[in-house]
Parts: sequence; structure tokens; C-alpha cells
Amino acid sequence: MNPGYELPVDEVSYNFAFLDEFAKREIRRSILKAISIPGYQTPYASREMPMGRGFGTGGLQLTLSLLGAGDTLKVIDQGADDSVNAVNLRQFVELTCPGANTTERAAEANIIQSRHRIPEDRLTADQILVLQVPTPDPLTIVEPSEARRKIMHGEGDYAPLLTRLYEDIVQFDEIAISNRYPTRLNGHYVIDSSPIPRFDVPKMHQSAALILLGAGRERKIYAVPPFTDAVPLAFEDVAFRTEAFLDSQGNRRQCDRCKSRISYLDEIIHPDGSRHWQCSDTGYCNDRCAQLHSRQPEEVRS
Amino acid sequence: MGYVAIKGGGKAIAGAHTAVESLRTAEGEGGSPLSLASIEHQLRLLTSRVVSEGGLYHPRLATLAIKQMHGDTLEAAFALRAYRSTKPRLMETPIQSTTGMRLIRRISSAFKDIPGGQMLGPTMDYALRLLRLDLADEAPETFREVSRQFIRDAPDSDLPDSFPKVVASLRKEGLLPPQPDRPDTPFDITREPLVFPVPRSAALATMARAETGSLLALAYSNVRGYGNVHPTIAELRVGYVPVMLPHPVTGEPTEAGEVLMTECEVVATQEAGESGAPPVFSLGYGACFGHNEVKAIAMAILDRALQKGMQDGPDCPSEDPEFVLLHVDGVDSMGFANHYKMPHYVTFQSEVDRLRTTREKDAAHTNAQGAES
Repeated sequence: MNPGYELPVDEVSYNFAFLDEFAKREIRRSILKAISIPGYQTPYASREMPMGRGFGTGGLQLTLSLLGAGDTLKVIDQGADDSVNAVNLRQFVELTCPGANTTERAAEANIIQSRHRIPEDRLTADQILVLQVPTPDPLTIVEPSEARRKIMHGEGDYAPLLTRLYEDIVQFDEIAISNRYPTRLNGHYVIDSSPIPRFDVPKMHQSAALILLGAGRERKIYAVPPFTDAVPLAFEDVAFRTEAFLDSQGNRRQCDRCKSRISYLDEIIHPDGSRHWQCSDTGYCNDRCAQLHSRQPEEVRS
Repeated sequence: MGYVAIKGGGKAIAGAHTAVESLRTAEGEGGSPLSLASIEHQLRLLTSRVVSEGGLYHPRLATLAIKQMHGDTLEAAFALRAYRSTKPRLMETPIQSTTGMRLIRRISSAFKDIPGGQMLGPTMDYALRLLRLDLADEAPETFREVSRQFIRDAPDSDLPDSFPKVVASLRKEGLLPPQPDRPDTPFDITREPLVFPVPRSAALATMARAETGSLLALAYSNVRGYGNVHPTIAELRVGYVPVMLPHPVTGEPTEAGEVLMTECEVVATQEAGESGAPPVFSLGYGACFGHNEVKAIAMAILDRALQKGMQDGPDCPSEDPEFVLLHVDGVDSMGFANHYKMPHYVTFQSEVDRLRTTREKDAAHTNAQGAES
């Protein structure tokens, strides 16, 4: 092949936020469209990022197109800041976005990128939550063709999806969908809520924070705009139910560390085979632990 | 305390990088690093595959990616793609013609002889796949002598730089339909998402940078029985296509460089009764960066299959544009398969919750039935 090629001299000095400016502008335009039509899956020309498709490239493109100097970003995966993938994404942002800050405290961040969780503490109107999405279309489980699904969404034809939920009830006496729970926005489009547990779905309803969902591999952006109805699909006589975390006596389990009885818990098996429970949201858990520690000495004194 | 499933992610990642580098250099004291030029020439088909699947004609960066990724084609092509994302688009090339391709190889299986003649060129098609043990311990002197000998013995050629295309003569005879109207602007898959139905130019662009093995499997399924394309290779050519760009001052088309490409045109038998017009052959087209014949052939077969699917509706997976075009990209499919290695314990917890609940209900139901009887 042509021996005259030179290696680019500036191959490591990438543009701010890695993507070229045209790409960021296109993504911002798609975000505006997604906000204007709640739940509509806006197609966009997703770019290849230097981490694997499926590792949050959709969310990352949203974050990079929004982030500027002075912004503060929190990245979590499974609720944890120090999960390998969260660390990787955060380091990439630190490398390519000089001037932007990162934090592990949800309250300090104005942009939070997350995979599989919504933070426990209620987000505010000054914050944007970016969720990573592997499969943006809730109709995929009933219709493989995207062209046909698009028509179904347009016509609000969610009968096959409701039938699927009904079949679950017939077969299992329960709706068996565990995560990615189909959720109707603003009375029309049904979205894939991303692989958050059912526990987190109610946090989308009338959320003060803007929630953006990005699917890099499937090239779609959609949004839950602030103060928008987000209602999980269910039936009048079969309610939507979240993970309950009850022990065998029917009591709500608590976190081993911070003793919270209202958080989503990770089940941990210790070397001796015993089962333990801990908050999945490590930022929330650490804050509560710090409060517990600062309070305890006072309690001892009194 | 201290039980968090994954702790110290940053440290773990750094450790993994070190481990990867230790394997690359595991040859130890006797080893020497691979030069990019050696990869480009001695592993030229690997380089070809990476420029093609990476969708970026930059052989030198491709060889760097190959070295960095320890020879993994999917990862190397992926690194090129990611590099591409950092570059703004400064201009669009006008539509290029492959007629002026400076050939290193050109064959037709449809005709014994073709205008300009068959030219076998560098191919292993007719080489016996017997292991050449002399290469196992090749002396550098022998290696250089082979190269010198070839240059010394190369005859002065009176062959023209380019040849007429075989399909042009078929068209002249009316055996192929006239060239379809080309869109003024081909669909740009790097700037527009695929929203189905998509035009043929979108399908061709997607396949041109698709993963070779994925294209091959789908094309093979078609010709083996899950489909109906019976291809004959009208022409397969490999060579350097001059890239013509408008001169910045005069605007005249000026040669700005060249790209190595493989191009394949298959002619497939006309199906009976597709229209009232006299029967004609139909054409499938495949082309990709680099020297990758199996990819160009597979792409040409799939192009023919997809045209039928787009026109009459798909009868098999390889005729379905959504099925083919959304599953052949190596960066997408590899990434998604790999992502299953990431922690999924939150969603798994949620699934366990559903399973426990339904099992409890099932047990209660069975007990109730037992009590009734």
C-alpha cells in the first residue's frame, strides 16, 4: 500500500469531548427533538466511541455533547462509582474534557450518567440524568422488525405488548418483566425504561430532572422531559410492583452498612455462604454512613 | 464490612493494561517489536481487512491498530472507527469511478476470454495449502533476495493501466438492464442513521464496511438454500483506484491519491415472470477497501438478494434488509457480545426477585390444589 502516509502528529490531542463539533451539534439537535416528543425514539448517526458498543456509548455521546467546562459529572454503573465501567467512562471524560469536574456525590453533579440505576435521592430541576440503553424499543419482545415497530408506535398500538403482560399473568400469576419495564410517557409513547430495576421506574414519573436515554449501537435518543407523566404498563386489577426485598418473615431487609430500609439492595454472598444486603447506590450509602458516624458520638454523650 | 462487589475499579483497569502489555512483549529478551511496515506488507490481507471493516483508508494507522490489538481484526477495525469519530468532515468526495482502477488482478468466470484478458495476479486460489516449512525459519537474506529477484525479472509490460469492464459489454448486448439512475447524493451511513426502508446505496455502504465473516455467513446461507441467488462472477478486480478531487483553484478533477480496492460484479439468473419485459440478467455489486475477495463476492451476492427483497418482500433472512444490514457490522455485534461481560448484578437481582416471586406463587398454588384433593 501507499508508503507515503504519515501518522497524524496530533493523534492524542483530541478535540474537547473527543467528538468533532458537527457530531456534538447533531446530537444536541436530536436531544431537542427527543424532549419535544416525549418518548419518541429519535434516530441519530451515532459515532463510534473508543469503548465497546454496549458499554454505554449512547449515554456517553449524550454526556459529551452536553458537558462543558465548569460542569460537574457523576458516572455510576450498577449504582456504584467505582465499578470498572464507571471508572473507565469517568477517566475518559477527565482525559478529553479539561475544565469539567467529576464527583461521586449525586447532589454535587449537574449531569449524572448511569447504567442500570437511578440514584436514590430525588434529583432536582438543575440536574440531567443520562441513562445508557442497550435496546431502546419496548416492542422488540413482540416484533423484530423495526419498520413495523415504528408504525405500531405511531398508531399507539401497544396491544401485543399488553397481551404479553397478560400472558405472563396467565402463566405465572405475575408480570414477569424484571427490568427494562415498558413505561408510557405523557399518555402516548411507551418507552423501554432502560435496564433499571422496576424499583427505579416510579422515579421517572414527574421527575424534576430531565432524563435523557441514549442507545449508541441502536442509534436512538429519547427523553423523559421534566414533570412528565411516566406510567409503567399494568392492568386495573393487576398493579405494577417493584422489587420488595422482604425476608422470610415479610420484613423489609436493610442495608448492612447504612441500615437504610428504603434503598435498592445488592445481594452479596460471603465466603461462609451467608447472604448479606447492601445499598446498590454507593454514593447514597456512603453519605448515610458518614451521617451515622458523626451522629453516634453525640448519642454516646447524651 | 467492606463487601462491595467491585472495589478499586481504577486499579483493576490499570492492572489489566499491564497484563495485556506483558503478553505482547512475552517473547522476552530475544524478541523485537513488530514494525508497522512489516505488518503492512507481510500481513497485508490482515491490514486490508482492517481498513475495510474500519471504514477508513489509512493503512498505516490500521497496522498500528493491529499491533496494539494483538492482531484482533474486530478490535483493530474498531480502533480505526473510533479515530474516525474525532475528525470533522471537511468536504465530500465526488462519486469516484472504478473504471480507471490500476489493476493487479482481474478475472471473469463468466467468459473464457474477456476484452483486455484475464489476469490472475497475486492469488493463492490455485496454490496447494501445504505448509511451507521453509518459511518457518526464513533467513533475512533469502527474504530480501526473493524481493530483489522479482524486481529484476519483472518484464516491461505493455499492458494498459486500466481495462474495460465486463458488465459494460453485457449491457451493450442488452443482457443486463441499463445502469440504474444513480442518486445525486448517495446515502451517508456515517452521518445518517438507517431508518427502514433504506435505499440501495445505504445497503452498499453498510456492507462495504461490514465484518467479513458476518457477510460471508449470510451470503452463504442464500446460495446454499435459504435463498435463490445463483451467482456467476462477471468480473472480480483488485487494484488501485485513483481518487479524484476538484482542484482547489481550478476546480478541475485532480488525482489526489489512490486506494487499494476489491470489486466484484456477479450476474444472477433472471427469475421467470418477474415482469413482462424480455428476460435479462440481474447484477449484484460488491466493493471494499483493501484486498479482500471473499468479502467483495459475499457482498455482491447479498446486494443481489437484498434488491429482490426490497422489490418483492423478503423470502429468506438474506433478502431482508433489516436482518442483513443491522447484523453485519463488526463493531456493533462485537461490542454487544462483549458487553455481557460487564457487571449486571442490579438487573440480575431484579430477575431473581421475579423468579422467587413466581416460584412462591407456584408453590402456594400447588399446595392449595393438594389441600383441595
